[in-house]
Amino acid sequence: MAQIAAASRPKSNTSAAPEKLTVRLTVNGERQELQLRAWTTLLDALRDHLDLTGTKKGCDHGQCGACTVLVDGRRINSCMTLAVMQEGREVTTIEGLAKDGRLHPLQEAFIEHDAFQCGYCTPGQICSAAGLLAEGKAKTADEVRELMSGNICRCGAYKNIVAAIMQVMNGDRT
Amino acid sequence: MINFAYSRAGDIADAVRWAAGDPRAKFIAGGTNLLDLMKENVERPARLIDITHLPLNTVEEAPGGGLKIGALVPNTDLAYHPLVEQRYPVLGLAILSGASQQLRNMASTGGNLLQRTRCMYFYDTATPCNKREPGAGCSALEGINKQHAILGASEACIATHPSDMCVALAALDATVHVRGPSGERSIAFTDFHRLPGKTPERDTNLGPAEIITAIELPPKGFARHYTYLKLRERLSYAFALVSVAAALEMDGETVREARVALGGVAHKPWRDPSAEALLNGRAATEANFEKAAEMLLRDAKGYGHNDFKIALARQAIVRALTQAARGTPQPVADKKIR
Repeated sequence: MAQIAAASRPKSNTSAAPEKLTVRLTVNGERQELQLRAWTTLLDALRDHLDLTGTKKGCDHGQCGACTVLVDGRRINSCMTLAVMQEGREVTTIEGLAKDGRLHPLQEAFIEHDAFQCGYCTPGQICSAAGLLAEGKAKTADEVRELMSGNICRCGAYKNIVAAIMQVMNGDRT
Repeated sequence: MINFAYSRAGDIADAVRWAAGDPRAKFIAGGTNLLDLMKENVERPARLIDITHLPLNTVEEAPGGGLKIGALVPNTDLAYHPLVEQRYPVLGLAILSGASQQLRNMASTGGNLLQRTRCMYFYDTATPCNKREPGAGCSALEGINKQHAILGASEACIATHPSDMCVALAALDATVHVRGPSGERSIAFTDFHRLPGKTPERDTNLGPAEIITAIELPPKGFARHYTYLKLRERLSYAFALVSVAAALEMDGETVREARVALGGVAHKPWRDPSAEALLNGRAATEANFEKAAEMLLRDAKGYGHNDFKIALARQAIVRALTQAARGTPQPVADKKIR
């Protein structure tokens, strides 16, 4: 019944009291070991425990997409999963997309197309778009709109968001 | 969020045993609905049993030509699975009509069946709700009930089941495999969810500590003549006002076998064998589709704000059957209804 076992050894645990659990994640390529309460969402773990505040808390109910991150390369709402349930997985946030001092092509395209106004939804939009590109299911602008519908932009920058994503999807270089 | 204890199950027997020993425990898989309800204080489990490590995440051909879908297969993986795309495209279409890609990446097959209604009074703990608190009363009966049921409702509850996937599974005559303290059993999909009656707090016929292990599809997939037509207040990422899964087996211009399931109109995916019987062996004409729609909706009842659903459903059924007969399913990304 050791608490540690709850997060590390699936076979042998039941955590009796709501004490802290050890959660190991790889976040943006760095291995992290955190002591978290069971009810800490992945979003709160990223923001409050790893100080990665690029990932935004919008609705906290899986409706707005501001908290979108990639887990093992797939986009999810980080507000709707417990950090302890992501034990051992690789998490990529907006802070992890740039490589060697160069912005990710989606980041460049969002700037080029002015694909934001207030910017609050932007980290989620870009992480979601990175997931969309990896899925390879969208071919047309209509399909991009449909498969990006989990990301709300209250400033209404959708037109430019779609243009930015289409540019990267089609491999257009500026 | 509320506080709770957490256990991670390594095998199904453990999960079932732990749940049986702790009536206030709940299983968690994708968590996309349960955690939401916990944040709203609607669900208050004392313990979450994490079942995501159980070996229930494969899609396999079943003996006899069907398909067996593990309860933990994520919605996206199922929708894009080659065997689903080839043989059961109505299922993929229905799945991709619901939620967002982020949520579909998280949500499990079994969890989709067990999601709770999105009735706003169920979510709002400041208002009476018989589903949340039996005997408290139903706020929707005379409240804002635009989203609510027109078929099979009761004085106790007029909530709808929110799933799109389940509408297709009902049309396909799926089977739900479950395991509980007294072993394994199978439940026909149309018997899995319940009508509200006097016990709206019970959404399904799943017993205490029972866990869904798989969904099985029979061989017949209606891959040529099908559609999933979903009508909602936004063009994407919204629950259905009315949805229709239509699947036909055609012999020229004649319907050999018809399946019609409705979403957004009842406490469970709605099927009516008497309406399907009206289509079987008949010509695929608008007049016959209208007769089937009349039969499906013969007991429909509005509660004020949702009166429009009766006419909307009638037209949606006719349109969906027309699309299915033509072999032109409604594409998810195409917002013009063809």
